[in-house]
Amino acid sequence: MKGDIIIDAKNIIKRYYIGQPNELEILHGIDLTVREGEFVAIVGASGSGKSTLMNIIGVLDKPTEGRYMLDGVDVVAAKDKELSEIRNQKIGFVFQTYNLVSRTSALKNVELPMLYAGMKSGARRRRAKQLMEIVGMGERMHHNPDELSGGQKQRVAIARAMANNPSIILADEPTGALDTKTGRMVMDLFHGLHLEQGKTIVLITHSPELAEETERILTLSDGMIIGERRGLGHAPL
Amino acid sequence: MLLFENFLLALSGLRANKMRSILTMLGIIIGIASVIAIMTVGSSMSGSITETMSEMGASNITVGLTQVSSSTEVTRSGMRFNRGPRYTQYSDDDLITEEMLEALQEAYPEDVTGYMLSKSVGSAQAKDGQLYANISITGGNQTYIENDRLTILAGRFFTDRDQEEAKKVCIVSDYFCNNLFNGDVDAALGSQISILLNGAYCHYTVVGVYEYDASSNFSSSSEEDTSTTLYIPLLTAFNQVHEDPAYSQLTLISATTTNVTSFMSTVEEFFNSKYYRKNESFEVSCSSLTSLMEEMTSMTGTISLAISFIAGISLLVGGIGVMNIMLVSIQERTKEIGTRKALGATNASIRTQFIVEAIVLCLVGGFLGIVIGCTIGVIAAHQMGYYVYPSIGGIIFSVAFSMAIGVFFGYYPANKAAKMNPVEALRYE
Repeated sequence: MKGDIIIDAKNIIKRYYIGQPNELEILHGIDLTVREGEFVAIVGASGSGKSTLMNIIGVLDKPTEGRYMLDGVDVVAAKDKELSEIRNQKIGFVFQTYNLVSRTSALKNVELPMLYAGMKSGARRRRAKQLMEIVGMGERMHHNPDELSGGQKQRVAIARAMANNPSIILADEPTGALDTKTGRMVMDLFHGLHLEQGKTIVLITHSPELAEETERILTLSDGMIIGERRGLGHAPL
Repeated sequence: MLLFENFLLALSGLRANKMRSILTMLGIIIGIASVIAIMTVGSSMSGSITETMSEMGASNITVGLTQVSSSTEVTRSGMRFNRGPRYTQYSDDDLITEEMLEALQEAYPEDVTGYMLSKSVGSAQAKDGQLYANISITGGNQTYIENDRLTILAGRFFTDRDQEEAKKVCIVSDYFCNNLFNGDVDAALGSQISILLNGAYCHYTVVGVYEYDASSNFSSSSEEDTSTTLYIPLLTAFNQVHEDPAYSQLTLISATTTNVTSFMSTVEEFFNSKYYRKNESFEVSCSSLTSLMEEMTSMTGTISLAISFIAGISLLVGGIGVMNIMLVSIQERTKEIGTRKALGATNASIRTQFIVEAIVLCLVGGFLGIVIGCTIGVIAAHQMGYYVYPSIGGIIFSVAFSMAIGVFFGYYPANKAAKMNPVEALRYE
């Protein structure tokens, strides 16, 4: 339901090298709430703990302390296998470096999350084609990733992120490796998903201009959220 | 489903890294190829031996007298004495008689088809004026003559009447005719020949001429002096030497349904318990091509197994190569593994993916090895002049073994991949 809390993180602390002389605390108690249908940006300079926070939100890593409920599921208590399922079903990742699996077609890449979800091959293929049409890659879906441009790769990655209809799309510097024009295209795609399909999107970026396009901006510095304000939102498509 | 996807993925991976895959597979290919080649040659060899021997009469059992083996016995009163053959040469009383043979046939009518009985009369010379031919005279019953693979060129075999009435007829070789009748076979037929045997002449009528197979006899004597066999009826032979029919060795033809090996011991038991229990010097023992053949087959089997074991070591080395390349491949694809985990791959599915990849690598190598090994084996067996019998067991073994290598040497790298931390894997460049 729109407006329900999807990400509910309280007092997230992350430490490394626990018990050793060089023990390091990266996140010092972060509270974060994201509601269904929101488009949120987390900004911060490099070294601010952005990536660590993203890994925790994306269930790739567990917090050392704190509570994290994702779409009603307690992530901290979950086992390895359950974490895989949460990543598969509730999260769609979009990486700065696209992270497409080489040697298989773009279409197969989009099928991958559905494959791990155990979907039948016919249904998988139909849904993957549909998603490729949505991101405007219907023409080139049988190409291998190394035959695609950066913008095209990122569009395939976005289609892949949506494959299992996840609760949130987690985009980590999605335009970081793209030129301004194709970066614009990718951002427009996110706005489209947000406005037309009501997707919840968390955008992690170091760029204040990109953050400004979202609805809410959280500023991260030295492992703490130091500011929260409304963004300008997106100009009509 | 996932397994099939992994299979396709692994195949495309092999294609993408052709050179590396082939080099990795080389160990497996060489190992499997040598095992298969050796086993093919081995099975062809034993197959050919079997074939040759069954042509020669695998259902024939040679029954003969042998000396009893020596042993020391201690009587109840503590006296030791050696038990062993008293005589080294058998006398007329020791021989196997017609009655014994009839009794055996009556006891086992299902198994005993017939006997090949023969009596060697000795060397002699046939003379006609200046002309002469060396011969060795052998008397044989109908079964013996029929089983001696004679090719009759002219005339006939003996008739039952020839046998029963001990007629003085003979079958001679074409070689014999060359010497005595200038090669005129028709002139030889029906003519009476004089034979000088042990200083006395005897006379026989030629009823048949057979083709002399020079290759089956090794003779050092010059061509004119070569001695060929002159066949006469069995009873005639005994009459000639003034003996009653009895044998020191004969051939028993068993039925095709008979288990030769077990029937051999039955026959020995029959003679030795019934007729030779009191004989201190001799007993009856049997031998057959079948038992000889079984020994040879098991010997060639053992040899090829031993060589295969050595070849198996190269498979082991190949397996280590596979493990090595899997470790490299996993290192290279760390980021892919991280991505797959982010997309929801469980540890188990990552493990499966890499084990399947290792298995595919080994199976493709194994298949190439089978093809190469069969080719080498077939050519080698052919060159050595054997009938080619591909070793089905070897092929099945190779497929199973290369799969096992894949699982065994793929497990460790695959498990390493499965246990990667997704955060670190994604960060890997």
